[in-house]
Parts: sequence; C-alpha cells; structure tokens
Amino acid sequence: MAYSDKVLDHFKNPRNVGSLDKEAKNVGTGLVGAPECGDVMRLQIEVDEATGVISDAKFKTFGCGSAIASSSLATEWLKGKTLTEAAGIDNMDIVEELALPPVKIHCSVLAEDAIKAAINDYRTKNGLPELADATAASANA
Amino acid sequence: MSQRRLIYLDNNSTTPCDPRVVDAMVPYFYDKFGNAASRSHHFGWEAEDAVDYSREQIAKLLNVEDKEVIFTSGATESNNLAIKGVFEMYAKKGNHIITAETEHKAVLDTCKHLEKAGAEVTYLKVQEDGLVNLADLEAAIKPSTILVSLMWANNETGVIQPMADIAKICEKHGILFHSDATQAVGKIPTHPRETGVHLMSFTAHKMYGPKGVGALYVSRKNPRVKVTAQMDGGGHERGMRSGTLNVPGIVGFGKAAELARLEMHQDAERLGKLRDRLQASLCQLEETKVNGNENSRMPHVSNISFKHVEGEGLMMTFNQNIAVSSGSACTSASLEPSYVLVSMGLGDDLAHSSIRFSLGRFTTDEEVDMAVKLVTDGVNHMRELSPIWEMYKDGVDLTKIEWAAH
Repeated sequence: MAYSDKVLDHFKNPRNVGSLDKEAKNVGTGLVGAPECGDVMRLQIEVDEATGVISDAKFKTFGCGSAIASSSLATEWLKGKTLTEAAGIDNMDIVEELALPPVKIHCSVLAEDAIKAAINDYRTKNGLPELADATAASANA
Repeated sequence: MSQRRLIYLDNNSTTPCDPRVVDAMVPYFYDKFGNAASRSHHFGWEAEDAVDYSREQIAKLLNVEDKEVIFTSGATESNNLAIKGVFEMYAKKGNHIITAETEHKAVLDTCKHLEKAGAEVTYLKVQEDGLVNLADLEAAIKPSTILVSLMWANNETGVIQPMADIAKICEKHGILFHSDATQAVGKIPTHPRETGVHLMSFTAHKMYGPKGVGALYVSRKNPRVKVTAQMDGGGHERGMRSGTLNVPGIVGFGKAAELARLEMHQDAERLGKLRDRLQASLCQLEETKVNGNENSRMPHVSNISFKHVEGEGLMMTFNQNIAVSSGSACTSASLEPSYVLVSMGLGDDLAHSSIRFSLGRFTTDEEVDMAVKLVTDGVNHMRELSPIWEMYKDGVDLTKIEWAAH
C-alpha cells in the first residue's frame, strides 16, 4: 500500500514531537489507544487561560505511519485554536487532508479521540464538566 | 555512479530466481515449447524428457522415487490437494484431521473448508518457542483421525518442528502425516521417506526457482498413499493432478532443486553465520526479543520484536532501503497482528512490534551490515516518538494502565 505524500512528510518530519508538563493546570493530556491494538497516541495541549486559546501542542505516538501523521497533523491544527474550535475537529477532516485509505481511517478516529481526551483532561483539571462521548485511557498512571 | 540496490531480506516471501535457473528455462519458451503430454512427435518427447529430468532432480533432492513427485501450481495447491485429497480418499476410515494454529493459511483455510464438508479438525496450540507439544499431539489422536498436517518450518519464525518425533507418533497410530515443507525444502535436508512423512508440499519460488510451480510428494509404498484429484481432466500426474504441465516452470524447478542439492549446505552455513551476526547486532538494542526456538530454526531466519515500537511504522523508516516483513497486521486489511506469534503466547503488543528478517543465497555481508545500521536508527527514531517507550523509561508499569480499546 502506498502512502500519500502528506503522510510521508508528517512521518519523516513529524511536527511537535515531545512532552508538556502533564501536572500543569493549563495542560491537558489525552492518551488513547492500546499497545495490543498497535496504536497508542498521547496528545497534549497547553491552554492560554486568559483567552482559552491553545498556545502549544505536543504528541508522541506508537503506531503505523498513518497514526503518526494523524497525530502530527492534529498538533498543527490545534495550535491557535480555541478549545471550542478544537473540539470541533472531525476525524474525516484528517482523512481528507492526509488522503488516508479506508483501512487507516481508525488512525484518524484515534486522533480525534486524543484531541477530545486532552480537552477533557484540561476541563476536569479546571473544574469544568467533560465533553460528551469522549473515551480515553487513564493518563495518570 | 552505481545505482543503489534495495536490500532484500524477505526471502521467506519469495526468492529471486537463480540466473542458472532462468538460463535453463529459456529454451522451453521458444524452441522446445512442446506439450509434455504429446506422445506422438518430437516436440512432445522433448518436453517430456525435460519434465522427467526435472522430476528426477527433485526426487534426488528429497531422496525419493521420481514417481512420488506430483507437479502442481505451487504449495497452496499442493496443500489443498494433500488435505482435501486424503479427506475424500480416506473418508471411510474417519473424518478427523489434526493440525496446528501456526500453520500457513493454505492449510488452515483448507481445513476450515473441510469442516463445512463434515471434517472434524483439531488445531493444536504451540508452545512458547513455537514447537508443537508432542504429548498434546498424541492426546488429540482418536480412532477417527486420518491425517496429521504439520509444517516442517514456519514461515514467520523459521521454527523447525520435530518432524521425526511427530512421524513416529503418526506411525504408531497408523495415521497419514502431511507436511507443508514450503520453507524448508532446498534450504535444509528434507527427506520425507527417512523421516516418516507421507505427503509433503513445497514450491519452486522459495528455493530460487520460478513462481507458479510446486509439487506434492506422495508416498508410493509403505504406505501407498492415494489422494482424490481436485482437478479433473486429462489424468496427468498419475491421475492426481490434471492439467497441461508448466514445462518451463518445471525445468526451472528442477534446476533449482539440483542447485539446492549441491549448494544447500554451503548456503546454510554462510547464511547461518550472517543471520547470527544480524540478530546479535540488533539485539544490542534494549528491549528486544527473538521469537521462536533458536535451537530448532531455519538458518536464514530471525524474527525479532522491538518493544514499544510498532512494526509497520518501523518498516516505514527504512523501506526505501530494506525489504522485510512485519508481524503487525496494520499493512493488511485486518487489524489483527500475526496469529503465529499470538499463538506462541506473545502478547498482541509484542506481535505488533515484530519484524521478520529472512536472508537468502544472494544476501551479502555488506547488506546485512547496512540493514543493522538502518534498522537500529529506525528503532531509535520510533522510540523517540513512542509514548509507551517514554512511559517504560519513566518506570511506568504499562500493564497497570487501563487502555481504552478501540
């Protein structure tokens, strides 16, 4: 199976790899997937508390090229967005941007889940209710 | 400037043709194009002579009689013919077949097909090292058992089953023993008669011959085995496999068998050392695991799990330069990791992290050294990207995390 140029670009030059302080109050962490499934994504956002805008985003991903590209792209898109805008990112946007084939759609779903999980982690830390229907692993282990 | 050659370490998938094989085949496309079944003229006799000579070369490699070699289109067809053919031929004796979970799909799916036709099939689990447990095998035998089908060497791990011990158990209970020896024939000695194997499948393209031609060894005496044909027609191949013979393919197969008989030992010795070097170098990386019994394994194969790195992603770091296979199924439509590794008790996480390296006759020392470097760089790169590698390094117990399945 051939990868699209965009997937290859994100795979070879992943954007925003790394970690943010997960204990910080203005950082939200989403850890989704499972090693047994061959995909684990950790996506972190740093939020400017005054404006509610995401000032930084980092990721690390265990997975195939499409999973890495999906999370790398997600971090690019997240920066500069408000939390509300970020929560609106749909997995099909990622599928379209990266031209993912049907067998790789789950990678984009995982990225969307990771975004929602990171937002929820931030919201929980700041005493806000969680968004509806987001699932994530416990990132606090 | 010389063109960079892609390093091919996927010889268990297929091997390149040996140039001597291709040279032998070429005349049979042009001047000597006859049908081996044409008994009335020179073209037919010429083709028949060539087929006879090839059959003899293959028989010599296996140390069996020429007539015991039945040509097919490949090992998948041979496996189908052996298993379905025995099931139909010996239906009066029983309907129970024993095989193992780590067999090739050509065996497993044939057995599943037969289950719909009334067969009862036992799929043995294997031990952690990939070997069949002989006590389990014997315990699975019942009065209705007609066939045991176990592979000689596994395609993913290279693990070699204790063929002689399995054969003894079959002999004791009067059961036919079929082996898919696709990965073993031409690489290590495979002598079905001495070993006690009654039917044996193999193919040319795993031993430096062409694709599209294989064979089934069928024992002619002690015991005389018969299989019901799965292809009806002109009654070729002693009535067991109709269809005009693929003469050029068979000529290439014969040449490949001849070369294997003469060069197998030196190839195996050289590749064994090269494989050991590859494996030892890669295992200098932290958290690696060699899959399968290292003392009963094909000399040119090594299957290694690189923990906390996903196999397909890892392959993407070097697949511009090296061709290998991964036990991670991300590459295929199914998302399940290698069933062979999972059956050996490897967790799905480790199965997703595995890479199969299979060397071949044309693999050089320089290629192995280059592969070690590129794979090492790839593993290090992927671990920098891996959240679970970071967690492992931070001392997090990954088994304690409640992962969200998806």
